[in-house]
Amino acid sequence: MAHATPLPQARPTITGVPPGRMALWWVIASEVVIFGGLIASYVLFRVRMPAWGESARHTSTALGAFNTLVLLTSSFTVVLAHQAALQRRLEAIRRYLLATIALGGTFLVVKAIEYTTEIRHGFTFTANLFWSFYYTMTGLHASHVLAGMIAIAIVLRGALRGRHLHRVELAGLYWHFVDIVWIFLFPLLYLAQ
Amino acid sequence: MTVTARPSERHPAPSDSPAAGAAHPEPGFWRRYVFSTDHKTIGMQYLVTGLVMALVGGLLAYAFRMQLAFPGRPVPGFGPLTSAEYNTFVTMHGTIMIFWVAMPVLLAGFGNLLIPLMVGTADMAFPRLNMLSYWVFFLSTVVLLVSFVVPGGAFGGGWTAYPPLSAGTHGTGGWGGHLWIVAVALEFVAFLMGGINFLVTSFNLRAPGLTWFRLPVVVWMMIIAVLLFMFSVGPLIAGAVMLLLDRTVGTGFYDPAAGGDPILFQHLFWFFGHPEVYVLLLPAVGFVAEILATFSRKPVFGYRMIVYSVLGAGVLSFIVWAHHQFIAGIDPRMATFFSVTTILISVPFAIVVFSAIATLWRGSLRFSTAMLFAVGLLAEFLLGGVTGIYLGSSAFDIYAHDTYFVVAHFHYTLIPVVLFGGLAAIYYWYPKFVGRMLDERLGRWHFWLTVLCFNVAFLPLFIGGLAGEHRRIFDYSAWPSLMTPELVTLRRVATVAVIGLILSQLPFVWNLFRSWRRGPVAEANPWQANTLEWSVPSPPPHGNFAAPPVVYRGPYEFSVPGRAEDFWPQHVPS
Repeated sequence: MAHATPLPQARPTITGVPPGRMALWWVIASEVVIFGGLIASYVLFRVRMPAWGESARHTSTALGAFNTLVLLTSSFTVVLAHQAALQRRLEAIRRYLLATIALGGTFLVVKAIEYTTEIRHGFTFTANLFWSFYYTMTGLHASHVLAGMIAIAIVLRGALRGRHLHRVELAGLYWHFVDIVWIFLFPLLYLAQ
Repeated sequence: MTVTARPSERHPAPSDSPAAGAAHPEPGFWRRYVFSTDHKTIGMQYLVTGLVMALVGGLLAYAFRMQLAFPGRPVPGFGPLTSAEYNTFVTMHGTIMIFWVAMPVLLAGFGNLLIPLMVGTADMAFPRLNMLSYWVFFLSTVVLLVSFVVPGGAFGGGWTAYPPLSAGTHGTGGWGGHLWIVAVALEFVAFLMGGINFLVTSFNLRAPGLTWFRLPVVVWMMIIAVLLFMFSVGPLIAGAVMLLLDRTVGTGFYDPAAGGDPILFQHLFWFFGHPEVYVLLLPAVGFVAEILATFSRKPVFGYRMIVYSVLGAGVLSFIVWAHHQFIAGIDPRMATFFSVTTILISVPFAIVVFSAIATLWRGSLRFSTAMLFAVGLLAEFLLGGVTGIYLGSSAFDIYAHDTYFVVAHFHYTLIPVVLFGGLAAIYYWYPKFVGRMLDERLGRWHFWLTVLCFNVAFLPLFIGGLAGEHRRIFDYSAWPSLMTPELVTLRRVATVAVIGLILSQLPFVWNLFRSWRRGPVAEANPWQANTLEWSVPSPPPHGNFAAPPVVYRGPYEFSVPGRAEDFWPQHVPS
């Protein structure tokens, strides 16, 4: 069963880039400008509103930093899964993709704890404009984490049967993007006080 | 573990192998015409949906123009129009014509029909994603139409949806406004999926020999249009999310009382809105290039210059947006910057227009209906383009912005582009995709009536606008200075001409239906053109090409000295 050939579906293309990978880069490009628009709007307000630093102090930097670590680790596991896919090691793919999903789940659980604590302290969605941005930006990001977990689960289902192994790389690309968005959100919302 | 071939694995999934379609048996009715993954069927679905929505948008225009011409009198066929309904109709007219007519017809419809054929492949790179794109678009259409009948009626906050009016639910329809945002968002998702398909297909699936500068101009224009859409729509999506939250959750992103800023939405909207104008214009530029070359029997003049100019204009189009906001109280220094960039962007488009005229120069012109509409587009668009230079200057714009001068300018750009451009393309490619020729005599009637009615409808708006006729007014009888006999006459003339413009489309609709069954059978290459879509039968079979084509030359080798024929198709070896 284990082939020496690296990956199937090597249909030659003019550019040399497989269609799936190229499409995914365009997906990421179109997503970058969505988050870009939101982040730019936030930054333009933030520089005019020093008082937002007061609100930002009520975010949990410790939990945010922990979550940053969790997401960075998950990017590492998804790279290991990609490596395993290149070598068609199905068991390793399973292990690393499951680890990635678990780390994504950890991120969401910690985020939910943060939300709950903040809402209990009265920092709700409509408390002020900072919190509106906070919930909108982290909420949009969390929905992308969830979407990424679902996508990885679908890829995993195929990979367990040895099918569509090239999709492991695509899921990984998307997962890195979700990770990088957080790398921008964390300092903007938590650290800039 | 052992891997056994499961039944579903015997045939590769469509997304993995677009060429596989040709080997499959003919699909049944539902697979063939409704839930089809064939790019030609999907293109037709987009086209038909767009044309049906054009009828809706046109009838809305009829109703509110009648109210303006004869205030207070019941509109024949509608009854009396309330001010809330008037706002709704104007809003939905704009929304529908831009997002549900221009985009699906020019870009999604013709992009789907043409790109795979012109690049020489069997289908899009991701046929199932393509089908999903159409059905998400269809869902968005349903959501938009449903918003007409929810309590409170459809959205009436203007097609630009400026807060604070749109951020509250008073006067702008509660559910109507929510559904408007949802419908637009769904549509953007559909077009992003379609656009990614267009890009990957034209980057990756080009036939051997089809280098970048052997691509037909229209494919280039579609690629650039998709890139502009993709890089500009994100901020509006972010802005729409914030708008929806303001409306539903009660956040204050656009509410000054809560520390928000309504101008923020204007920036996010027009950062998308201005490139969007070129998203609509560029496919039409492409249609014109193809049609002028074919019916002048000459190569497109300055092919590379057109491509480079449009690429440059595409980059510039991201730094002109605030010219829509000169009257929003933006900083005068910023206004100067945006005036300069706006006037600068007319240079690349002037190059494109001059190239088109130079293509005609000393050609063997043949005025088919497609050619008439293409030349008509050039002539009429000039007026829209030139008045755009006036409006680009903030000093003039501040006086003209809230008058009908802007409405006239806008319609002199978009009606040539969408109506003339779309019709030119339909007359040109109908034989290819239906397999029958359209009636040219009816086509000429259609063209001349359309040109006449269009100009009589919109020239008066320039005059009225310069005379101070304010736009966004429901009933001018409350404004005696705007109810002078001259202005009233101008409004009535324009309104009658709008009715004429709608009726002028009847010969076209009749032509479409009659030729579908009774038109003369079209051969593979009725116009003797060179691009790859003319190398396959009309209509092209499922899978398009019997054998993968090879390309030997550029798309516009017309009247090459020493050849017996005056055209030289791209796929013919010598």
